[in-house]
Amino acid sequence: MNAQVDSLVQIKDLYKRFSISGDFLDQLKFRGGKLVREQEHVHAINGVSLDVQRGEALCVVGESGCGKSTVARTVMGLLSPSSGSISYEGQRIDNLSDRQVLPYRRKMQMIFQNPYASLNPRMTIAQTLEEPVRFHNAGSSNTEIRDKVHEVMHSVGIDPTWAKRFPHEFSGGQRQRISIARALAVDPEFIVADEPISALDVSIQAQVLNLMMDAQESRNLTYLFITHDLSVVEHFGTRVAVMYLGSLCELAPTKTLFATPRHPYTQALLSAIPRLEDNRSGHIRLEGEVPTPVNLPSGCVFHGRCPHANERCKREIPQLIATSDGGQVACHAVEEGRI
Amino acid sequence: MALLEVRNLEVRFGLRSGEVKALRDINFSLERGERLGVVGESGAGKSVLGFSILNLLSKPGFIAGGEILFEGKNLANLSPRELRGIRGNRISMIFQDPMMTLNPVLTIGQQMVECLLAHRKISRKDAKRIALQKLKQVYIPSPEKRFDQYPHELSGGMRQRIVIAIGLLMDPDIIIADEPTTALDVTIQAEIMDLMLELCERNNVALMLITHDLGVVSQVTRQAMVMYAGRIIEHGPTREIINDAQHPYTQGLMNALPQMAIPGQRLNQIRGSMPPLQNIPTGCAFNPRCDYAMDICRSTLPEYVRSGGCRVACHMVAQQLAENAAPQTLEVK
Repeated sequence: MNAQVDSLVQIKDLYKRFSISGDFLDQLKFRGGKLVREQEHVHAINGVSLDVQRGEALCVVGESGCGKSTVARTVMGLLSPSSGSISYEGQRIDNLSDRQVLPYRRKMQMIFQNPYASLNPRMTIAQTLEEPVRFHNAGSSNTEIRDKVHEVMHSVGIDPTWAKRFPHEFSGGQRQRISIARALAVDPEFIVADEPISALDVSIQAQVLNLMMDAQESRNLTYLFITHDLSVVEHFGTRVAVMYLGSLCELAPTKTLFATPRHPYTQALLSAIPRLEDNRSGHIRLEGEVPTPVNLPSGCVFHGRCPHANERCKREIPQLIATSDGGQVACHAVEEGRI
Repeated sequence: MALLEVRNLEVRFGLRSGEVKALRDINFSLERGERLGVVGESGAGKSVLGFSILNLLSKPGFIAGGEILFEGKNLANLSPRELRGIRGNRISMIFQDPMMTLNPVLTIGQQMVECLLAHRKISRKDAKRIALQKLKQVYIPSPEKRFDQYPHELSGGMRQRIVIAIGLLMDPDIIIADEPTTALDVTIQAEIMDLMLELCERNNVALMLITHDLGVVSQVTRQAMVMYAGRIIEHGPTREIINDAQHPYTQGLMNALPQMAIPGQRLNQIRGSMPPLQNIPTGCAFNPRCDYAMDICRSTLPEYVRSGGCRVACHMVAQQLAENAAPQTLEVK
């Protein structure tokens, strides 16, 4: 019951498919003398349920193509779910009209991966930052808007006197700070960050991560943090969700997940992080490659590469079950106590 | 004689606003079978270094001075014809993005055979045999089938393996790998690194691994060089650099890693960012970002000093060494 009260964003049984068969005419095919319509889909998300709790940083990790960015975009309403629902403070938001969703757009903001592509090169920093403020606070005076922009620029460590400059005059790290400032400018409660630091250098990554943690503290933010970098997750995340091929494998508090990963895929993923210590003790080698999301494997999506797979894994899709240490894992082998 | 020896290499870029130095006093050598990591952030000049060894710099970049001695021959002033005999043959290069390095309109087989025929006088049949054998070496499943496929039919990890197979075609003495796993996922990165290690060890190939990932350097290489603003600032055995970095920049880089901090606490960031090449500070290039900067750091370029097994370009380290050395000489008296 308590968890329900605390949850800010709820993702329920989310599915997202993308058609790859082109338009209607492209889909028509002759099969055995009959005209039939055939459609192929990329199954990007297959039944993901997540509760983002107020004040936490929920990290979603996984390899490329696992659907983590699609989750982020669907939550933000940039993509509409094929089925399932997204709720914000208990109110379903995925089926609202553009006008109805406006107040939620202010509360939810997004930071993108590439600060070179996500800032308009023809707008000055001031214009970029003023636009959302003006849009969401209709009727506020120019002075108010300018003060707000100064305040956010200051809080991300960009000198407000640079407001007249264009994005190309800033370095990658500074640009990412400006992207963060743009997200913070409308005083959001919830920020979806899609690989915000993977385009940055190590020393700059640390600066941006620190900034995001400071902002979380001072503004009481909740993050949905999408990344492939597990060492960042270990540092930043409250809870971690591990995705594989559009499905959730494991969801656990960060400490628990890194100390005792339960799902065989999580174990392989963690063992592959290049560590500084001098123990090339060998990582878990996974057989084969990630299957295509066009024809999903039956049963557990991981069974083809899993060293613990048996007949049941090939047949039956595992559901998330709670583990003794506060996490959830979707694995038949864990459920049966085989691992 | 070292297999590859780089002496006082200087690379400049002739820009409209004037010439800038992309690399300066680069000195190092690479022995047969050695694995050297080149670490640095973007703009440090690590890729330029990789390119300049094979003289692949394109305008406005050019080698302004120094020597790149490969088996005693200076690659910096070889004719294009002689260079072609070395590129891809004795020294091969693996680039970051396997999407960009493979030709999308040629099959894997065509690309491999083309390379073999360019360097050796052999029949097409023999070339195919060698190519298939190399594909097997990099653990490509069913190489005969892959041989006739196009790059887009393969996954990223598979493509990078093919690029490595092409790099190995001529049994080179040196492989220069420029961020070979940056575009790949962690599990695939681990596999590719294992593969490169195994191949280098088995064939006694020297590896120069250019990367920004200290974790990868730590796992793969024995020697490491840290670069900053076009200069090597620390060079020595990898373990020594990882465990006991001397230069404040290397220390900062290590401490900035999330692995080094207590979860939930602030990371130890280095303030500011790498200076652009047009505007490298006088003295030590790192001085505006350094917590220990002294007056001399702002005026004089630090010379290299030996500290343990490493050579370091830092006034502070030099001073500490001098202070530690002084009392000992007194005792002797």
